[in-house]
Amino acid sequence: MAILELKNIVKQFADYTAVNGVSLSIEQGEFFTLLGPSGCGKTTLLRMIAGFESPDSGQILLDGKDIKDLPPEKRPLHTVFQSYALFPHMTVRDNIAFPLKMAKWNKSAINERVNEQISSVQLERFAERYPHELSGGQRQRVAIARSLVDRPKLLLLDEPLSALDARLREHMHVELVKMQEKSGVTFVYVTHDQSEALALSSRVAVMNHGIVEQLGTPREIYSRPKTYYVADFIGKCNLLKAKVSHSAAEHVTLSIADSFELTIANPENKFNLGTEGWFAIRPEKIKANWDPRVEDGIANFKAKVKGYYYYGDGTLYEFLLENGTVIQCMLSNNRPHQASFFEDNDEVYISINPLAGNFLVE
Amino acid sequence: MHGSKLSKSLIFSGTLVYLFLYLPLLILIVYSFNDSRVNVGWVGFTLKWYKVLFADKQLISAAINSVIIALIASTVSVILGTLAGVALHKHKVPLLSTLVMIPVAAPELLVGVSLLLFFLLINFSLGMISITLAHIAFCLSFVTIAVKTRMHGMDDSLMDAARDLGASPARAFFSVLIPTILPGIIAGWLMAFTLSLDDFVITFFTAGVGSSTLPLAIYSMLKMGVTPEVNAASTVIIICTLILTSIATKISPQLFK
Repeated sequence: MAILELKNIVKQFADYTAVNGVSLSIEQGEFFTLLGPSGCGKTTLLRMIAGFESPDSGQILLDGKDIKDLPPEKRPLHTVFQSYALFPHMTVRDNIAFPLKMAKWNKSAINERVNEQISSVQLERFAERYPHELSGGQRQRVAIARSLVDRPKLLLLDEPLSALDARLREHMHVELVKMQEKSGVTFVYVTHDQSEALALSSRVAVMNHGIVEQLGTPREIYSRPKTYYVADFIGKCNLLKAKVSHSAAEHVTLSIADSFELTIANPENKFNLGTEGWFAIRPEKIKANWDPRVEDGIANFKAKVKGYYYYGDGTLYEFLLENGTVIQCMLSNNRPHQASFFEDNDEVYISINPLAGNFLVE
Repeated sequence: MHGSKLSKSLIFSGTLVYLFLYLPLLILIVYSFNDSRVNVGWVGFTLKWYKVLFADKQLISAAINSVIIALIASTVSVILGTLAGVALHKHKVPLLSTLVMIPVAAPELLVGVSLLLFFLLINFSLGMISITLAHIAFCLSFVTIAVKTRMHGMDDSLMDAARDLGASPARAFFSVLIPTILPGIIAGWLMAFTLSLDDFVITFFTAGVGSSTLPLAIYSMLKMGVTPEVNAASTVIIICTLILTSIATKISPQLFK
């Protein structure tokens, strides 16, 4: 059952449209992520759900009720801010007790719940400290504990990890997922970090220029991007100019980067002769060898090593095709020794399985 | 080696600066205990100038006037200035922010004369009330600036967080905003209090006849030469200021971080 439904939300500011007709349905218990670059409308959308901005048109249904006209304090949901927004004049304990005090709980009930909450995030030793006496990671935990203390229906998180260093961020990924599973509260998470979005979410909405470009599980978003933008924004991707050069029943042949041809399926006859677009394929989906791979449907062609980047677990090669097109290829360093390393200017065979890529037509 | 050399020169220049600042005050304090009618040469220790001071009914009533005016002016200007500072931070109106600065930057003489003309124009009788109003007018700017500066260093999402966690706008204002900017408010209040307490120029123009404040009273005493009684009065003021400042920093040390 959908806990939060957004229906055709539009928000215009003086000089630009921040959100341009977004409709989303978020399920109870989901870890839902709004992913996009700054200015894509994700934070504005979050602020409208929280009640800090009001949409020009559209509906925001929480548990089936339109909350669009409720002030922030009347909405049964909380926000974790990018800056954490801990109250500097209150101790950890008072910060966490704040929502319960506002809801006029009685003192003993507040104490009991606050203690429970403090121990659930392992902050017992820091309960009487002030926010400025805590580390970034501890502040983060206090902010989340404070937002979950009265068991809201929804928790909105606005780039909550962006102020932490890389190691701590990875550690917090694990903690966030644990907290979400333990509390059972639906998380709506905003980030511009695609790896964070892929690692944490049950579903991701990729936003750009105020609209949702693609909605799906991390796996769908990564391996089956539907638009040039999504393919380019998420992970590394080769985006090669492609054009339909032959058309047959249920299949079309693409001429890619004026260099090689691939035959792909044409369900519902979406593509016609002459249709132009991009062939998107992830670097790790491309194989490279000294010899061509002779298999059905696999395209082999010669390329020259232009350079490579050693990443430890893999090596990212840049191959140059005859007409100057560059193709990136991520080879695992786990492969048999003799095939592992190519040097600059080596001539190799690249093989591409058409099923591993996507033909994107704008 | 280099480090200790640097710190020696630092100590030296620091001492010079503090001597420059405090030596005149120190001399003034010392001479308030001098058993002589004139401020030349040390004769002997006495407390008689303090006795004279506290027996001087005119001076005492002027001091009481000063404190009353300073209390009212600083408190009223803190309330108005806090509201103005918060509003100016929230709604960035460029012209208004500049206008708030003007009374701080403008020569006191100008402010004094213009206030006098204004009071005469609206037929407002000069006295304690006109002095207090004049003090509120110039203190307001200082408080507004102190609060605005504090707001500038504040995380804007604090107020959003308070609302988000269930506080009404009024509740968020009193239980989150005010405590967060309290150091700015206290600083503004102290600044307003001391400015009002020792203001001479603006008070001179808006006092009219009859009502007097401590600075005006001391000034009129100076017409008969600098007597040790003036020294004693000044010493009392210095000590009051010292106590006030240390109280302010002690009130809540963690708030001043």
